[in-house]
Amino acid sequence: MNFAVLQFPASNCDQDAIHALRDVLGHPARYVWHKETSLGDADAVIVPGGFSYGDYLRCGAIARFSPVMQAVKHFADNGGLVLGICNGFQVLTEAGLLPGALVRNRDLQFHCEHIFLKTVTPDSPFTNKIPAGKPLKVPIAHGEGCYFADESTLVALKANNQILWQYCSATGDVTESANPNGSLLNIAGICNQRRNVAGLMPHPERASEPLLGSDDGRWIFESMIAALQNRTVAKAA
Amino acid sequence: MKAKIVITPKKAVVDPQGKTVRNALEQMGHQGIKAVHVGKYLEIELDGTDKETARKALDEACHKFLSNPVIEDYKLEIE
Repeated sequence: MNFAVLQFPASNCDQDAIHALRDVLGHPARYVWHKETSLGDADAVIVPGGFSYGDYLRCGAIARFSPVMQAVKHFADNGGLVLGICNGFQVLTEAGLLPGALVRNRDLQFHCEHIFLKTVTPDSPFTNKIPAGKPLKVPIAHGEGCYFADESTLVALKANNQILWQYCSATGDVTESANPNGSLLNIAGICNQRRNVAGLMPHPERASEPLLGSDDGRWIFESMIAALQNRTVAKAA
Repeated sequence: MKAKIVITPKKAVVDPQGKTVRNALEQMGHQGIKAVHVGKYLEIELDGTDKETARKALDEACHKFLSNPVIEDYKLEIE
C-alpha cells in the first residue's frame, strides 16, 4: 500500500510518519510537498503533525488553502483514506473535511505526555484491527487540542458512530481526569460520515515501536492497511 | 481605505484565556469585572474607495478564512 505524507512549511512529524509506515510497517511511503497538485498513486494520505505556517491566525487555517489540499479533497470525495494527526487533524477541520474545531487546551498548558485512548468503535478503516477493549497508550504533544463542536454536531457524531477514540484512564474508563485538554465528550479522534477521513490529536506514529515506550499506535496504521487490502481483494473479485 | 476586524470566541466555546485574564485583573485589585473575552484584531489596508465592494469581498474573506465560524464571531468595519 502506498502512503503519501504531506509536508507543509513547519510540519515536523512528517519524518516520524514516513519512518513508522516505511521502516517499521514496511509499506512504501513518500513525502508530498504542499505545492504539489497530485497525490500520484497514493492509496492513503497522512496529514502530519507540526506547526504548519507557525500556527499563524489559527492552527491549520493557512495550510488548508495549500494547493495539495485540493488534491486531498478530491481524493477524499472519491473515497480515498485520509488520516490527520494533531496539526493534521486541525487542518482537516479547517478544510471542512471533518466537523468541529480544535481550540486551546482548557488549562492553557501545552501537554506533552502519554495518554490512553479508548477505541469507541471497530467499525472504521482506522480501528478495525485494534484489539477490543485494549486502551491504547499513545503520546500527545499539543497546546490546541481541545475538541469543540456545537450541540447538534455532537449529537450527530454520536448517532452516526463517528467518534473513534476518547481519552480514558489506563484501565479504559472515560473520565474527566483522563481528559488532558478539555475536549468535549473526551473526544480524541473522529471520522467523517462516510468513514474514509479521520483525525486524532495523539501521535500513533510516535507509538509504533516498543523503543519509544509503546507500540499501540501501530494498530491504527494496521487497520488502514487491512482496510485497503480488503478493498483490493473486493475489486479483484 | 482601512478595514478593522474584531474576532471573538463564540459564547458556547470555553474561553480559558478570558477567565485567566479576569482572575489576574481581580488579583490586581480591579473590582466588578464580570467577564473577559480574549479575541483578535486585524487591520487591513486597501486600495480604492468603493466601500461596498470592499465590504462584500472582506465579508467573504472573514467568513471563509480570517475567522472560523465554528468557534468565532467577527465584526467588520470599513473606514
